[in-house]
Amino acid sequence: MLSMHEVTTAYQGLVAISAVSIEVAKGEIVLVAGANGAGKSTLIKSIAGAERPRSGTVTFDGARLDGLPQHVITARGIAYVPENRRLFPRLSVHDNLRLGSYMYRGEADRDAPLELVFQLFPRLSERLEQRAETLSGGEQQMLAIGRALMTRPRLLMLDEPSQGIMPKLVDEIFAAVKRIRDTGMTVLIVEQRMAECLEIADRAYILQTGRVLMQGTAAEIKGNPDVRKAYLGL
Amino acid sequence: MTAETIIQSLASGLLMGLLYGLIAVGLALIFGLMDVVNFAHGEFLMIAMYATFFLFAFFAIDPLLAAPLVAAALFVFGALVYLCVVRFAVRAKANAGMVQIFSTFGLAIVMRGLAQFFFTPDYRSITHSWLGGKTFSIAGIYLPVPQLAGALVSIAAFTALYFFINRTDFGRALEATREDAGAVALVGIDKNRVFALGWGLGAALVGLAGAIMAMFFYVYPDVGASFALIAYVTVALGGFGSVFGAFAGGIVVGLVEAGTTLILPPSLKSVGIYAVYLLVVFIRPRGLFGSL
Repeated sequence: MLSMHEVTTAYQGLVAISAVSIEVAKGEIVLVAGANGAGKSTLIKSIAGAERPRSGTVTFDGARLDGLPQHVITARGIAYVPENRRLFPRLSVHDNLRLGSYMYRGEADRDAPLELVFQLFPRLSERLEQRAETLSGGEQQMLAIGRALMTRPRLLMLDEPSQGIMPKLVDEIFAAVKRIRDTGMTVLIVEQRMAECLEIADRAYILQTGRVLMQGTAAEIKGNPDVRKAYLGL
Repeated sequence: MTAETIIQSLASGLLMGLLYGLIAVGLALIFGLMDVVNFAHGEFLMIAMYATFFLFAFFAIDPLLAAPLVAAALFVFGALVYLCVVRFAVRAKANAGMVQIFSTFGLAIVMRGLAQFFFTPDYRSITHSWLGGKTFSIAGIYLPVPQLAGALVSIAAFTALYFFINRTDFGRALEATREDAGAVALVGIDKNRVFALGWGLGAALVGLAGAIMAMFFYVYPDVGASFALIAYVTVALGGFGSVFGAFAGGIVVGLVEAGTTLILPPSLKSVGIYAVYLLVVFIRPRGLFGSL
């Protein structure tokens, strides 16, 4: 469904990812893991259009994405939840969600994904009129995922969804990701908390200093002795 | 000074104030949307007044009927200014603030220069419009009809703007872009489109004001300058970027100006406005309705 081929992306001359290739098949949860500064966020931004790759190609369902403006990539069916969530802080929870479906016309069409969002995150439905900035970190993450779902993506990309969130809510969010996949969506997730995330992922890539160090099914990665030592602390 | 003169002058001040609000709101809207001060705002007003004048002179279209046409023309003009000038100015990596200031400031000078060349520096006025020169009297107070119409148009425009911003999807998109222009792409919104429409809307509102102003004020290439200055004070007073602050700011400016003329000689009529402005800046720097 998504294929990234030999993508190199640089910031101000510094190469952040170098000739990275990854594949995501329909219906999978794919984890991209690695230490801080390994290039995980750059990888996801290069797909979302938030960063422009210097070379290489990104294709989604057979069509080239690299070089397209970010809003067009969203419209093609890729929802991106950035690390800092980027909610509209002074707008209400409801308005944030409604903006998610801005691209669609017709009320029924627009509100259709709301049911799923409220099923996944019931606490959002209790806080509809609250400003987004008044939510806790975990709730803001839920809202950011909810807003992304409102765009009706085929591929959902999450950058460090566990960051700055109470452990209890992290489990809740990972459980929600699994349920999102069960609705037929594909998920690409970037996470430092590899152990928990491998529980829900189908496959994983490990990045190190901008290159793919290792890839495999979640079971293979979990069973790899080097990974166990270096990343899982076992 | 009798009670009647006070009421008379406050009533005219209120009417002018509502018009000041309408002149200023486009400035506030654009600033709130993208933190860019449009230094050509007065020139937007100037071309709106010329457009109204020429529609009257050549096609005998009364300013009242011309107002929506002028607003539509200014909408297109404002969107083009964003797409052709401002869009590139905001991309500047070095000295971003200066580049923005001088791009719209330069635009202002170009527009004034072109107006001097093509329209000559002559003062022009619309004579015999439907409302021009008429007054309306109520309880011994005389109100000039064009200003009265301007005040009503202003109230209608602000009401429409309120519903537009709070009740429509595009209004939500506008608010979202104000909050975080870099994030709207996440929901598939093209921020450049929102900016262009925001500039169009801001220009259309000053266009509406220009059509009204042309009924009772001279039209000449520098006409925008003094009104732009009042617009900056109005916007700063109301709270930079606050659309409805501009409404309140306009009324305050109009009333203060009228109050000043009661006490001081007419040549000092602006003194009151700037004194109040300084006072607000000292006491409440973000303006009456500004949020930081």
